Amino acid sequence: MSLALAVLTPFICAPLVAWISRYGRALAAWSASGVAALAGLWLAPLLLSAFEGMTTIQCLSWIPSVGVNLAFRLDGLGLLFAFLILGIGLLVILYAHYYLAAQDSLGRLYAYLLLFMGSMLGLVLSENLIQLLVFWELTSLSSFLLIGYWRKRASARRGARMALAITGAGGLALLAGFVLLGEMAGSYELTVVLASGDTVRAHPLYLPMLLLILLGAFTKSAQFPFHFWLPHAMAAPTPVSAYLHSATMVKAGVFLLARLFPVLSGTPEWTLWVGGIGVVTLIVGAVIALFKHDLKGLLAYSTISHLGLITALFGIGTPLAAVAGVFHIINHAIFKAGLFMAAGIIDHECGTRDMRRINGLWKVMPYTATLAMVAAAAMAGVPLANGFLSKEMFFAEAVTAGGQMRLGWLLPVAVTVAGIFAVAYSLRFIHDVFFNGEPVDLPRTPHAPPRWMRVPIEILVALCLLVGIFPAQTVEPILALAATAVLQGPLPPHDLAIWHGVSPALWMSVIALAGGALLYLGRKFLFRLHDRFEGRLDARALYERLLEGGLLKFSRYFIATLDTGSLQRQVLIFNLAVLVLGAVGMLGAPAALTGSRTLLPVDGVSLLAALALTAATLGATVLHQRRLTALIVIGAVGLLVALAFVKFSAPDLALTQLAVEVVTIVLLLLALYFLPNATPAESSPSRRWRDGGIALLAGGGAALLSWAVLTRPADSIASWFLDNSVSGGGGSNVVNVILVDFRGFDTFGEITVLAIAALGIYALLENLRLPGPVSDNAGRPWDADSHPIIMATFARLLLPLALLVSAFIFLRGHNLPGGGFIAGLVTAIALIMQYLANGVTWTHARLPARTHPWIAAGLIVALLTGLASWLFGRPFLTSAFGHFELPLIGGFELASAMTFDLGVYFVVVGATLLILINLGLAHHASHDVQGEEAR
Amino acid sequence: MEALIALAIGTLTGCGVYLVLRARSFPVVLGLTLLSYAVNLFLLASGRLVIGQPPVIGMAASHADALPQALVLTAIVIGFAMTAFVIMLSLRARAELGNDHVDGKDEGGAPR
Repeated sequence: MSLALAVLTPFICAPLVAWISRYGRALAAWSASGVAALAGLWLAPLLLSAFEGMTTIQCLSWIPSVGVNLAFRLDGLGLLFAFLILGIGLLVILYAHYYLAAQDSLGRLYAYLLLFMGSMLGLVLSENLIQLLVFWELTSLSSFLLIGYWRKRASARRGARMALAITGAGGLALLAGFVLLGEMAGSYELTVVLASGDTVRAHPLYLPMLLLILLGAFTKSAQFPFHFWLPHAMAAPTPVSAYLHSATMVKAGVFLLARLFPVLSGTPEWTLWVGGIGVVTLIVGAVIALFKHDLKGLLAYSTISHLGLITALFGIGTPLAAVAGVFHIINHAIFKAGLFMAAGIIDHECGTRDMRRINGLWKVMPYTATLAMVAAAAMAGVPLANGFLSKEMFFAEAVTAGGQMRLGWLLPVAVTVAGIFAVAYSLRFIHDVFFNGEPVDLPRTPHAPPRWMRVPIEILVALCLLVGIFPAQTVEPILALAATAVLQGPLPPHDLAIWHGVSPALWMSVIALAGGALLYLGRKFLFRLHDRFEGRLDARALYERLLEGGLLKFSRYFIATLDTGSLQRQVLIFNLAVLVLGAVGMLGAPAALTGSRTLLPVDGVSLLAALALTAATLGATVLHQRRLTALIVIGAVGLLVALAFVKFSAPDLALTQLAVEVVTIVLLLLALYFLPNATPAESSPSRRWRDGGIALLAGGGAALLSWAVLTRPADSIASWFLDNSVSGGGGSNVVNVILVDFRGFDTFGEITVLAIAALGIYALLENLRLPGPVSDNAGRPWDADSHPIIMATFARLLLPLALLVSAFIFLRGHNLPGGGFIAGLVTAIALIMQYLANGVTWTHARLPARTHPWIAAGLIVALLTGLASWLFGRPFLTSAFGHFELPLIGGFELASAMTFDLGVYFVVVGATLLILINLGLAHHASHDVQGEEAR
Repeated sequence: MEALIALAIGTLTGCGVYLVLRARSFPVVLGLTLLSYAVNLFLLASGRLVIGQPPVIGMAASHADALPQALVLTAIVIGFAMTAFVIMLSLRARAELGNDHVDGKDEGGAPR
């Protein structure tokens, strides 16, 4: 439980921190650090057992019916990473407080950082492979937000997109790999997977599985040839880079290699791919780093190189190499975080990161320079710094491994060359920035940084030295713990000491240090050489050609072909598709069109009404170019439909249709005021014939389908509702009982849709300025005498009566035709009548100006009614009812569903009024526009 | 009687489809209105035609199918919300584009 809490705490608190940041930057920093500390506190009770070498596994049942659990695991490796994530996270939070400019939102940065922290914690503490993958993808997403933090900068957006595209693609490959692995091992739980190494390695699909998982790990850890996203991610604020590219994001890939080491390693394929790619990345990164003029660019490529080093160590595959790999993960996290923060200070003080311009800063910030020098010495592998120890272990492992293969001497040579370049770029980082003459044309005059901005670096540098000088006393316990968890077996004998006697590794270190110094001295010549070959070999260009050129072009073509931006064409295609589907269904059916049901006799009135309906519909279509006339005829059609509802035993529908018809016609009339009065005859005759043909087919199809349905006997579930309406819902109007009780949850969804539509309309109408016409169709100016006095007076008199009718309809709704929907519409019409008869100004002053609260109140009432049933231990929206006696009034039924219906009522009233009144106001505003124009 | 309703549904659908295929926003909205009448009638009819037996317990000996009626009742109200939304969309389009062509272009010459 506590592991789940540790992972979830940052997620839950992230929005909270963003909110707190409104009340001051210091408060934001404190709360964000508090969250990181709290997450650490949850882990504290498990520390003791973890240090005893026990693995804690905690399982939360999630979807027990399909056997999906939330499973967390804390062992040495997870603990080490949790330490790095939370510890360096805390330092980064402190540092960001001073780094970020006042106009940048600190709360947003902290919220993203905490999201990322939670994802990383989840990743390293997951017991289940699929769950691990979910957190893996979450790190990709949250790092996207972090890298793109300065979202107004094109470089930040581009860097974020590139990182997401590459790591996201890797995540897909990883999913495939995990599924293969889980199927091979027979379980997705790590405990089982880690124990089934032999089965997995012997499986025929081992190689594809391995490559897929490596694709995931290598894209995340920026291994060659996927390394190019990392330098572009440097568009992020420096605290983010310090966090993502030292201890966390890019370490996720090597974490995966370490985690699955016992299962996947120990085969020639593993050594070839992991070791090979690692060594190539090591060298490529180190060489490019030397030639980067950008301070953070140099650090980025050095990160790539060091990740290659760690990968190569795991690739060598011996237990001792794995220990060295874990050791270098720790060391790199510490010194690289410190270096990024130092680079951030320099950038912050100078306003640029170009090392050709930043020179001689020693005079300004000697203290920061000293800190940076120690961290850079660790990066170069100078004795007494922590980087030296793990690097020498790496050299020793390279010699041992090289001795066991053909052309093995190449391996020590290659890693020594990489070492030489590492020393050279570390020297450049120090010498170019802090010495090397005077600064050139800096945008800002550098000063010593704020005291507390340096504190995180001081802590990290102190750790560099402590680990470097007293390794056995400081890092050994946690290293042993983590390495045991990686190996899942006994730890090989290893000796963390500065002096191992004269060994090949020592000589390689000496060569690297001396060669690096020489290389740096000859840098001028090398830079000229590099400039000549600049841009020839660029993985980024390939990525852009593939993604931007290939994939995006294809998507654009695909979309442009499907979506022509023409509604007419889309509607045509849609209708044709429906016709084809309908034709296939109808023509392919084996049964006869007419069914066996006895038909109802035709009476004269019905015949007349049906003919009127048909005639009115056709008339509206023929007359559609004269819009006002067509609208009036459509109103007649709606009333005839309401009559049909009356005839066919649907009184509720008839009432609803009647009310909605009134509102719709008023609405369309108001809208028509802003639209041209006539539709121009612009369709060609051939197009009209074509559309007429389609319409004929569609209408014929619908008629035949209706006929086929109507003549067949019905086998409905209605009898259940009829039988249970009174006993189960306490009402005799079955339609209303279905709406508010049996299918109350659906109705709740529907009133939500209504509310959203109303709000959408409100947004559409906001700031809408449309000029209205100044004269009627015949060119006569509008009558200035706007509101006839008789109509105004009667409308006011009618209002209480109408509201009474509405209340009556509402109250009887549960037992007789009526209910919340209809009562709401009646109330809305009564109020709209006031607007029509008395004018907007008069009415608006007497009614609440905003009906949004009514909608909200209605939704809340409906929701609370539903939730109230939880208090009685019943499912959502269970209704209760009873018979009550009151003096004078007599006996009556009350059901809790009526409260729900009240919610429906408020939503309907609020939404209808919101729509019509706001259109009416736009209408009113257009008069003002004309008035101004006239003046 | 069934034939009459089938005829009505067919006419409403056909005219609705024809209007929906027009080039200006107002006829399209009218077409949508006709189509929603057709769909509502069809849904009601799927419970089969019954005369004089409203689904209110105690009002008649047997009752019409209440389920399609409950469906159609909310469909009518939501249909109104959708009609309102589409007509506002067309007003907005007219304000932004200067004409009421559904594709945002004025084939007939000058705007308005």
